[in-house]
Amino acid sequence: MFAPEEIGEIVEMLLFQDLDIRSVTLGLSIQDCASNNALDFIGCVENKLRGFANSLVKAVEKVSNKYGVKIVTKRIALTPISILLEGFAKKSIEKAVEAGIEFAKTVDKVALSAGIDYVGGYSAFVHKGITPGDFVVLESFPKALAITQTIASMINVASTYTGINVDAINIVSRKIIELANNTPKGIGCARFTVMANAPEDNPFIPGAYHGLGEPEAVVNVAVSGPGVIEAVVRRLGEKADMRTLHDYVKRAAFKITRLGELIGREVAREIGAQFGIVDLSVAPSPKIGDSVAKILEAMGVEVAGAPGSIAALYILVDAVKKGGAMATSSIGGLSGAFIPVSEDWEMNRAAMLGAITIDRLEAMMSVCNTGIDMVAIPGDTPPETIAALILDVMAIAIALDKALGVRIIPVPNSKPGDVVDFGGLLGSAVVMNIPRFSSKRFVERGGLVPPPIKRLDKG
Amino acid sequence: MPHNYFDETSDENLAVVTVIGADKPGIVAGITAVLAKHNVNIVDIAQTVVRGIFSMIMIVDLSTGNIDLPRLREELVSRGKELGVEVSVNHIAVFKAMQRV
Repeated sequence: MFAPEEIGEIVEMLLFQDLDIRSVTLGLSIQDCASNNALDFIGCVENKLRGFANSLVKAVEKVSNKYGVKIVTKRIALTPISILLEGFAKKSIEKAVEAGIEFAKTVDKVALSAGIDYVGGYSAFVHKGITPGDFVVLESFPKALAITQTIASMINVASTYTGINVDAINIVSRKIIELANNTPKGIGCARFTVMANAPEDNPFIPGAYHGLGEPEAVVNVAVSGPGVIEAVVRRLGEKADMRTLHDYVKRAAFKITRLGELIGREVAREIGAQFGIVDLSVAPSPKIGDSVAKILEAMGVEVAGAPGSIAALYILVDAVKKGGAMATSSIGGLSGAFIPVSEDWEMNRAAMLGAITIDRLEAMMSVCNTGIDMVAIPGDTPPETIAALILDVMAIAIALDKALGVRIIPVPNSKPGDVVDFGGLLGSAVVMNIPRFSSKRFVERGGLVPPPIKRLDKG
Repeated sequence: MPHNYFDETSDENLAVVTVIGADKPGIVAGITAVLAKHNVNIVDIAQTVVRGIFSMIMIVDLSTGNIDLPRLREELVSRGKELGVEVSVNHIAVFKAMQRV
């Protein structure tokens, strides 16, 4: 049936190489809860969410137990709240902000009592313009995140179709500072991201939301397997050439993805929801042995960020996509490799050594889809500098036509070199040095950066 | 509902039990006694000792037994702890998904 080596390989991955399912994310439409009455709207979301949250938790536990595979987090992604706040916002921005905050509190309460780790969807899409509902989200997300534990927010400010909304970036960068100042160590910023080309089926928080093209309820899965790939690369040794290296990573990615598909389909079946996608990303956690940066080092760069790191990351991402594409036809999400700084202990070590800097991350994002993720910066960084950083990432995203995000944490009262522990899956991060040269006059021009010529290829 | 191609076979009740640890008398007896107690049949078994490291892989059939997979895992893992060995129990679908196209 199976050779002992085949069984041994899988058991080793599960027991010793931290192979697990990083997240099962239920995408849930709440469009049917649209109402002119805030109480009706929130009550409807509460009821719907409670039912699905309980059955998701039950299903995940059952499937995890049956197969003997650990599922790390359970998440829900909701329809972007901006759409549902539109009606309230038209009447009164203040009332709509109140409704948004009340919505966040209610959803948070339901999630915590059911055992859901994160709920995405406190989101808005402003890549070309800002509607009243979008404005309410921009205005209220710092408070909504500061007073809750599970709510996650994403603002899409750029797309290959429309370009970059610099006005929105200018608002967001001020709000990021407000959020940082209202949560201990700025930790609320870990649940907020600015994105370009946000995918509708992304299972990764804080970027997750339930897109308008999605079915009523859908289960998306993200797999974590850096330890498995690192072990494969190490076992291969130093003599293997690049093509062999790529091939072995590809084979490992295939196996990891197959596990994701098995678990995802089973959870979907248990809930009676449709199965959506497997995100082909290799995602790290702060555990030793669960690091993407260690894979690059196993390939032969002394420390992540050293010259050659971009090529190594390219090999990893390309092999993961090719292996994953063979393993499942249900591909989606962000699919690539993640190199968040605080959530990957070796990335953080490399940052302490000075091998990973903002410049290095900006170069690396051209071959992966992280952007600037879980990066701690000094609390006194001017909002214009944060806006300019976001603008740089967005420009790369639309020029290369890919999804990228910025999740940055201005840690209050910190200076470069300080180490901040965020706890749990968020890990700890060294506060990075940010260039002190000003971009104020540039970002304050505002307006829209036009889309790239690629736009015309799309019709 | 999409068709689930992982469930097409009659393997629904098969699980893979692996046992690894320092070799000593009584490991096989200790583990198999749990299976026998619950009337779980061993379909296939392979066991080796290399340089004092004991390793055993069993494929077991739960269809005749009076226990479900999560509870069997619980009992085997706790028996493993008493014996000083590492035990893992996984549904066969995991191996099928990852090792077979």
